[in-house]
Amino acid sequence: MLEFLQQLINGLSLGAIYALIALGYTMVYGIIMLINFAHGDIMMVGAYVGFFSIAVLGSNIFAALIFAMLSCAALGVLIEKIAYKPLRNSSRIAALITAIGVSLFLEYFTLFLLTPQQRVFPEAAFPLHKYQIGGLLVSNKDIFIFVLAVILMIALQYIIKRTRTGKAMRAVSLDREAAILMGISVDRTISITFAIGSSLAAAAGVMIGIYYNTINPLMGIIPGLKAFVAAVLGGIGIIPGAMVGGFLMGILETMVSGYGSTLYRDAVAFGVLILILLVKPTGLFGKDTGEKV
Amino acid sequence: MEKKRFVPRSFLIEVLVLAGIFTLVQYLIVSGLLNEYYQINLSAMCINIILAVSLNLINGFTGQLSLGHAGFMAVGAYAAVVVTTIYSQSFILGLLAACLAAGLAGLIIGVPTLRLKGDYLAIATLGFGEIIRVILQNIDFIGGPAGILGIPRYSTWPWLFGLTIFTIVIIANLINSSYGRAIISVREDEVASELMGINTTNYKVLAFVIGALFAGLAGALYAHYFYIIKPSTFNFLKSFDILVIVVLGGLGSTTGAVIAAIFVTMLTAALQTFPAIRMVLYAVILVVVMVYRPQGLMGNKEWGRRTFGRIWGEKNEPLANK
Repeated sequence: MLEFLQQLINGLSLGAIYALIALGYTMVYGIIMLINFAHGDIMMVGAYVGFFSIAVLGSNIFAALIFAMLSCAALGVLIEKIAYKPLRNSSRIAALITAIGVSLFLEYFTLFLLTPQQRVFPEAAFPLHKYQIGGLLVSNKDIFIFVLAVILMIALQYIIKRTRTGKAMRAVSLDREAAILMGISVDRTISITFAIGSSLAAAAGVMIGIYYNTINPLMGIIPGLKAFVAAVLGGIGIIPGAMVGGFLMGILETMVSGYGSTLYRDAVAFGVLILILLVKPTGLFGKDTGEKV
Repeated sequence: MEKKRFVPRSFLIEVLVLAGIFTLVQYLIVSGLLNEYYQINLSAMCINIILAVSLNLINGFTGQLSLGHAGFMAVGAYAAVVVTTIYSQSFILGLLAACLAAGLAGLIIGVPTLRLKGDYLAIATLGFGEIIRVILQNIDFIGGPAGILGIPRYSTWPWLFGLTIFTIVIIANLINSSYGRAIISVREDEVASELMGINTTNYKVLAFVIGALFAGLAGALYAHYFYIIKPSTFNFLKSFDILVIVVLGGLGSTTGAVIAAIFVTMLTAALQTFPAIRMVLYAVILVVVMVYRPQGLMGNKEWGRRTFGRIWGEKNEPLANK
C-alpha cells in the first residue's frame, strides 16, 4: 500500500506535466480541428529557453519560467501564421502533414543549432530537498511541479470561463461562422489560443528539465505523443478532460515502470490510445455528437 | 480502325528500356566500374521506391493516412532474417515469410484501426508502429535492442531491381483494376461509394494489407543488404521519411512516388554528412509542398504507357471507353 502511494505521488508530478502539454493539444484541436504535432517540440524549445536563461543569464527559476512562456507564446503564434493559417480551408490530412513538417523542423533546426548533446539542467537553480512524510518520500521538485501546474490550470480555467477572450475562444470552437457573424475576430482568437497553449507547453518544458534533469533537442517527441494520448483519453477538445487525462497517463506510466517493465512504458501509452479510440473515441468526457454527412 | 496489336508497341519499348537499365547496371557492377558507394545508394533507391509505392497505395489512393509503415518494414525484415539467418533457409523462403508476416500484421492492425478516420487513424497507426518496435526490442530470441548481426547479403541487384519492378507493376495494375476504382472511390467520397454498394471497410483493409505486405518485402531486402537490423532503425522517423517521399511525389501518383523516391535517396546521399540539415530540409519540403502545392509534384497524374504511347503515335482511348 505504501509503495502504491509512493508511485501515486511520483505519478502526480509527471501527470501534471502531461496535463499541461495535453491542454495545448486540446485547445488547438478544439478551435481549428488540427492535431498540432509540433506541440511537443514547442515544449522542447521552452525547456531550452528556460535552460539558457538560467545557465547563461543567471536568472532564477521563476524568471526562467516566465521568459520561456513568453518566447514560446510568440513561437506558437508565428508557427500558426506561417504554416497553419494558409491551410485552414484545405484537407485535414494536408494540415496534419504540415504539422509533422513543423515538428521535424523544430527538432532538427534545434539539433543543428545546438548539437544533439544532452544538456544538464543547472542543479543550483533548483536545489533538491527530499522530505520523509509517514514513510513516503516527497521531493520539493514534485511539490513545485504539482503546485505550479495546478495554479496554471486554475488561471487557464479563469481565462476561458470568465474573460471576454475566453468567451471568444469558446464561441469560435463551437461554431466558427456564427462567431464571425457575431463580430469575433477569428484570426486573433486562434492566435491567442496558440499563444496560451504554447506558453503552457513551455512551462511544462521547464518542469521536464527540472524533473528529468537533462534536456535534448528530441526530448519533445515522446512526452508530446503521450500528452496527445492524454488529450484523447479525456476527450479531445475538452479542457477538463485534458487535465484528468494527463494525470491518468502520468500515474499509469509510473505504475507500469514501478510494477512492470520500464521497456514497455512507451508501448502502454499507445496501447491506451488504441483502446480508447476503439472503445470510446470521444474520450472519457466526450459526448457522442454523431456524424454529419 | 487500325489493327489491334496483341502486345502494344509501347509495352515492348518499356520492357526493352527496363532490360537495358538492368543490363547496364549489372554490367557496371560486375565490371567493378560502380563502386560500393553508388551500389549502396542504388539499393537504397530500390528499397525506397518499394516503400513509397506501397505507402502511396494506403495514403494516396485510399486516402487513409498511415504513419506506421516502418513498423511493417520491421516485421518483414525480422521475419525474413529469422528464416534466412537463424534457421538458415533460402532467401526466397525468407521473402515469402516477410510478405506473409507483414501482411498478417497489416491485417491485425488494419481491421480495428481502419474504423478510425483522418488524424485519429494517423495517430493510431503511429502508435502501432511504435508498439511493434517496442515488442521487437523485448524479444531476446531476435537479439532485443541490439538486433541481429551478420545477415548474409542476398539482396543483389537482380533481386532488388526485379522486386522493385514487380511491386510497381502489381500496384499499378491493382489501381487500374475494378478493385482500384473502388479503392479510389473510398478516397474521393466514402459515403457516396458506400451508397454505390462498395464495402468501404473491406477495400480499406485490402489496400492496407497489400501496402503492409510490400513494406515487409522492402524490409526483407533492406535487412539482406545492410547485414544488420535493430529495432531502433524502424522508428517513426523512418515512417516520416517514407511519408516525405509520398507527399513530395504526389498523394495518388505511383510515378510521382517513384520519381520522388529516386530524388530523395540522392538528396539523402548528398547530405549524408549533415543529417540535421537533411531533416530540416525534409521538414521544409513537407511544409512548403503542403502550403503551395498540396497535391504534390505530380498530383495524381501518371507517366506511363498512355503518355509514352502518345509519343509513339498510339491512339489513346479515354479510360471510360475501355
